[in-house]
Amino acid sequence: MTVSGGEAPIIELRGVDKWYGDFHVLRNINLDVGKGERVVVCGPSGSGKSTMIRCINRLEEHQRGQILVAGIELTSDVKNIEAIRREVGMVFQQFNLFPHLTVLENLTLAPIWVRKLSKKEAEETARLYLDRVRIPEQADKYPGQLSGGQQQRVAIARSLCMKPEIMLFDEPTSALDPEMIKEVLDVMVELAEEGMTMVCVTHEMGFARTVADTMVFMDRGEIVERGSPKEFFANPKSDRTKLFLSQILAH
Amino acid sequence: MTDVTQDLPLAIEPPPPATSGLVGWLRANLFSSVFNSILTLLAAAFLAVTLPPVIRWALVDAVWSAPNSRACRGAGACWAFIHEKFRFILFGTYPYEQHWRPFVAVLIFLALILASCDRRLWGRRLVLLWLAGLVAVGVLMWGGIFGLSYVGNELWSGLPLTLILAVVGIAFAFPLAILLALGRRSRLPAVRTICVAYIELIRGVPLITVLFMASVMLPLFLPSGVTIDKLLRAQVALILFAAAYLAEVVRGGLQAIPRGQIEAADALGLGYWRRTRLIVLPQALALVIPPLVNTFIGTFKDTTLVIIIGLFDLLGTINASLNDANWRGTSVEAYVFAAAFYFCFCFFMSRYSQMLEREFNKGRRR
Repeated sequence: MTVSGGEAPIIELRGVDKWYGDFHVLRNINLDVGKGERVVVCGPSGSGKSTMIRCINRLEEHQRGQILVAGIELTSDVKNIEAIRREVGMVFQQFNLFPHLTVLENLTLAPIWVRKLSKKEAEETARLYLDRVRIPEQADKYPGQLSGGQQQRVAIARSLCMKPEIMLFDEPTSALDPEMIKEVLDVMVELAEEGMTMVCVTHEMGFARTVADTMVFMDRGEIVERGSPKEFFANPKSDRTKLFLSQILAH
Repeated sequence: MTDVTQDLPLAIEPPPPATSGLVGWLRANLFSSVFNSILTLLAAAFLAVTLPPVIRWALVDAVWSAPNSRACRGAGACWAFIHEKFRFILFGTYPYEQHWRPFVAVLIFLALILASCDRRLWGRRLVLLWLAGLVAVGVLMWGGIFGLSYVGNELWSGLPLTLILAVVGIAFAFPLAILLALGRRSRLPAVRTICVAYIELIRGVPLITVLFMASVMLPLFLPSGVTIDKLLRAQVALILFAAAYLAEVVRGGLQAIPRGQIEAADALGLGYWRRTRLIVLPQALALVIPPLVNTFIGTFKDTTLVIIIGLFDLLGTINASLNDANWRGTSVEAYVFAAAFYFCFCFFMSRYSQMLEREFNKGRRR
């Protein structure tokens, strides 16, 4: 697949299946993500994209197959799950900032309690990342006082403060007003340029073209097609991919 | 093409005269409509009829000191009764010459309560302060060391007893309630079943029954020779009872926390207990402050029910002082005094909770 240089992939999904009740939501998913690789996952709604990336940090449980992250297998072992979650940052569609904490407290909470950093160290790191997402002046505000775009950038900074090796993005711009999408995508592009391993579920095809190493197209719970963005957009192989792209790129 | 409709910013104008100031307030709040005006006038008439007699009875015609109730037969309240019985009402059967001890204990309680109101003190230090305070109260009330004579807790009564039952009751019931609420939402079936059974069982029984069970039935089940102190039994019954109600209030708050908050905490690797303590509970409890304080107030007033198992809390000592033959016919004054006391405490809790709500909702305001 797309693993470069023979190095072991940092994320491996092997024959992963999942059901919601009787509904077969993930079917035999096989996916390798190499270190530093940027994967963009797209597909119609209900195709299992979110469920798949939520399996990578065990927000959802898979029922068959194997998932390995940074060499650790995800099982019901709580220690393994927490170890993996420390290394995997996640950005949600609905931001999910902690509304009772200030922006700075949102950013320092996990480094202090999970990474055991001192408050001072954690705040230094937090201010660094707030600078990087271009909102250093909002540190003492509460999330409710920020715009959606600002909140999502805080959420990205919050994940980065844990110094994760992998970042998962679950439709990070879908809940944003159009004029705010760009400010979030700009931050994500920068992150990609720095070599962060990223798995990103998104409908932003412009973004995908710019940063993706690999495009993955999912439909009805299975991976239908994968390839370089160039291939993927220029001549998609499957009819389902063609249909999806024609719908999403039509206007 | 768009038209420019407004080139310069509009000048800032003062509001029209009748919407601000006293007249504006009156118009907006008391006389905004015909119906509202009628209600205002009716309310004013009601107050004009009822207030003057009450003030005359309670203050103007009141007798403040008299040797007995015959001496203060008059139109007004016989506050001389409260004056005469004040120390008995406050400290009851506690040895008279030792009354300074419960007095200091009450002061310690009030100081602890006031200290707890300051959010800046919240944390481990406050817990230690409370432990130290409770130990000090215990030493003062029981004595037996530091040259203090021993006073058994069957002699404790009045205000200190009320405060002990209420404060210790709430202080222990609240953490227990949080554990029960978390347990009820647990994924582990055994934990969940135990918590549900406990909450439903206790909630389904009147407090009086719980108190009777604790005071009458429990000793029957204990092996002979083993006795558990009556006060302790009543205290435990109160804690268990309050915890069941509080647990449901806390659960309401837990259910209001969006799934995304839990997922975000999980994704950061916080783990169950840290997630619960740092993310879920602070938000859940802030949401349920009104019903929480409602239950606290209820628990505070429920302490008066211990009278049925022979403990004399403040209401008990007030009742007991009515038995004095010299002071017949003063029950109205006695109960007005009791009502005023309970009202002051409950009103304080209510006002404080409103302040807390404003504090906690700062982050939510847009």
